[in-house]
Amino acid sequence: MKPREAARIAWEAILKNKVRSFLTMLGIIIGVAAVIIMVAISAGTEATIQDQITSLGSNLVFVQGAMTRGGPGQPPSGGLVFDDAAAIQDGVSGVTSVVVEQNSSETVKFGDVSFDDVSILGTTSGFPSVRDMDIADGRYFTDKEIERKQKMVVLGSSIAEELFGEDDPIGQVVTVGNTKMTVIGVMEEKGIVGNTDYDSYVFMPITVVFQKFTPSMFARIMGDSIRMIYVEVDPDANIDDIITQIELLLVKRHDLTLDTADFTVTTQQDIIDTQESTTSAFRSLLAWVAGVSLIVGGIGIMNIMLVSVTERTREIGIRQAVGATPDDIRLQFLTEALMLSIVGGLIGIVVGVGGAYIFGALSDMRTVVQFSSILLAFSSAAIVGAFFGYYPANQAAQLDPIDALRYE
Amino acid sequence: MSDKRKIIETVDITKVYGMGDISVAALNGVSITIEAGEFVAIMGQSGSGKSTLMHILGCLSTPTSGQYFLDGEDVSQLDKVQLAGVRNRKIGFIFQSYNLLARTSALRNVTLPLLYDHSNPRSLEEADIKAEKLLDMVGLTGRINHQPHELSGGQQQRVAVARALINDPVLVIGDEPTGNLDSRSGEEIMNLLHTLHAQGTTIVMVTHDAKIAAHTQRTISLLDGKVDTVTHNGHSQKKVQYETA
Ligand SMILES: Nc1ncnc2c1ncn2[C@@H]1O[C@H](COP(=O)(O)OP(=O)(O)OP(=O)(O)O)[C@@H](O)[C@H]1O
Ligand SMILES: [Mg+2]
Repeated sequence: MKPREAARIAWEAILKNKVRSFLTMLGIIIGVAAVIIMVAISAGTEATIQDQITSLGSNLVFVQGAMTRGGPGQPPSGGLVFDDAAAIQDGVSGVTSVVVEQNSSETVKFGDVSFDDVSILGTTSGFPSVRDMDIADGRYFTDKEIERKQKMVVLGSSIAEELFGEDDPIGQVVTVGNTKMTVIGVMEEKGIVGNTDYDSYVFMPITVVFQKFTPSMFARIMGDSIRMIYVEVDPDANIDDIITQIELLLVKRHDLTLDTADFTVTTQQDIIDTQESTTSAFRSLLAWVAGVSLIVGGIGIMNIMLVSVTERTREIGIRQAVGATPDDIRLQFLTEALMLSIVGGLIGIVVGVGGAYIFGALSDMRTVVQFSSILLAFSSAAIVGAFFGYYPANQAAQLDPIDALRYE
Repeated sequence: MSDKRKIIETVDITKVYGMGDISVAALNGVSITIEAGEFVAIMGQSGSGKSTLMHILGCLSTPTSGQYFLDGEDVSQLDKVQLAGVRNRKIGFIFQSYNLLARTSALRNVTLPLLYDHSNPRSLEEADIKAEKLLDMVGLTGRINHQPHELSGGQQQRVAVARALINDPVLVIGDEPTGNLDSRSGEEIMNLLHTLHAQGTTIVMVTHDAKIAAHTQRTISLLDGKVDTVTHNGHSQKKVQYETA
C-alpha cells in the first residue's frame, strides 16, 4: 500500500468517526496547548523581570549589609554604617556617585486617615537618579536638607493618593510615627521592581531616619547602621576591579577578612543571573508537567486505537482476505494514530497560541509565545502518536484473517 | 482426467483444530483436483469441513498436513505475507455474509484488492475504470457510489462478486454465496457465476442447495472431513458416481 493511500484511508477513518476522533485527540490538544501556554507564561514572566531589572538603573553595584555572628576573638558586627558610603566615594576610583538607604516602618497619618506599617526609606539625595525614578510633583530633598535633618518627606504615588486623594499633597504636614513632617514631593508611579513596591513608600532624608526611627545606642561608637549602599560606577570602568576595591576597603574599615565580611557586593548582572536560574527551574518544571500531559494524551490515543482495532476486527479481516499483509494493516493503523496526533497537535497549536494571547490579555501576566515551544510540542505529539499507536497497530497486524472475519 | 491445466490439486490435506485430547480434525485427508475452467460445487452436512476446505483453497489458512498446489505452485507452506500475496493476485473470495467494508462506496469496495497489489501498483483512475466495468457487468451501473447499507442483500453480494473479479483471479471461491439470499437474488448471483464460467473462470462454491449444485459441472460431497462422493452433473444432469481420485 502506498503511503498516500494509507493517509487517505486513515483520514477517511478519522472523518467517519468525528466525535470519537476528536475525543481521542483531546489529550494531545490539551498537552500541546499546555506546553505552548506554559512556556509562553514563563517566557513572559522572564521578560517582565528582565525589564524590571534593567529599569533599576544601569552600572550599579549593590553593597548590602549582612549581620555576622562573629567568631572566636571576633565581635558580632552590624554590617554597613553610614560612613562606609563616604569612604567608598572617596577611596574607590571609577565611582561616579554613592547613595545610601536605610529602611524602617512607621504609622503615617494625615487628618483622620492613618496607615500602619508604612515602609519608610531614608536615602541620600542621589537616590532618584541612581534608581531611575522620576519626581512627578514637587522635588526631592537636597544634601543640605539631609545634613540639617530637615523633617520633610517625598511620597510614593500610591500612598500619596491614599492619603490625599485628589488634593495636592505638597506643603501638607503628615505625621510619621510621632514626628510631623512636610510633604515636598510625590514620586512618579514606578510599579513593582523586583519585590519592592516603591509606590507605597515614604522617602525622607536618611539622617531623619537615623535620628527618629532607628536610633541606636551604639551609633555613637559604631556609626549609623544602613541597609544598602548603591554605588554608581563609570560605564568605562572595570566593574570587577571596583568590586575588589570596595571589598578590600570595607573589610579593612570593619577590621575583618574577606571570609568574615559582614556585607555582600552584587551587581546588576548577578541579580539577572539569579533570576534566570530560578525562572529556568520554573520553566523546566512546567515542561515536565506539559510533557506528562502529552504522555497522558498518548495513552488516550493508545486506548482508543485499541478499542478501534477491536471494533474494526471485521474490517481488518476483509482487508486481509483481499490481500492486505500484516505490514499493510500495521501501516494503516499507525498512520491513523499518527494522523490523529498530528491533527490534534495542529489544533493544540491553535488553541495554545490563542490561549496564550487571551491569557495575556485577560490577566496581568505577560505571555510571550515561543516558536521553539510550538516546534517542541508538535514534534513530541507526533512522536507520542507513533509510539503509542504502534502497539494497537501491531495487535491489528497480527490478527488471523479467519478469526477476524468471524468476529461479531 | 484430461491434461488441462490444474488450478487446484490437493494431496491428502488435513486440518486439525486445537491440541491434544480436545483436537478436532476438520479435514481428514482430502485429495481433489480441479482444472481450469471448471465449475465445481461442494456439498456436505453442517460441520463436514466445507468452510475449512474453502479457507485452505482460498489461502486464508494453511493445512495441518498435506500439500496444496494452486495453479502449479505449492502454497501449503507459505507464510502469512506470502499467503496474503497469493490471495491478492490469484483468488477471488465470495462470502456468505458479503463482507463489504461498511460506510464505503461500492466502487471503493471493488477497488479494495488493488490497493494491496504490491507487485503491480495501479493508479486510482485505472482501478476505477476497471471497477466501474465490473459493476456494470454485475448490473449495478447506477449504484457505484452507494454504500452497503443503501443496497439490498442481493446487490451487496453482486458488489462482492465484482470485488472478487477485480484482480483477474485464477480461481473464484464462494462459501455459500447464495446462503443469505432469497431464491430470486440467489438465482441472479448464480446466473452471474454461470456467465463467468462461460467466460472461462474457474469456480468452486459451497452450497446446501442440490438444485444449485446440479447446475454446476461437478459436485464434491464431504463427510466428516473426507471426500464422500464426486458427482459429474453433465448435460443430462443425471447423477453419475465416480470413484474418489
Ligand atoms: N476455529 C476452529 N476451532 C475449532 N474447531 C473448528 C474451527 N473451525 C471449524 N471447526 C470445526 O471444524 C469442523 C468443520 O467446520 P466447518 O466450518 O468447516 O464446517 P462446514 O462444513 O462449513 O459447516 P456449515 O455447513 O455449518 O458451514 C466443525 O466440527 C467445527 O466445529
Ligand atoms: Mg461453512
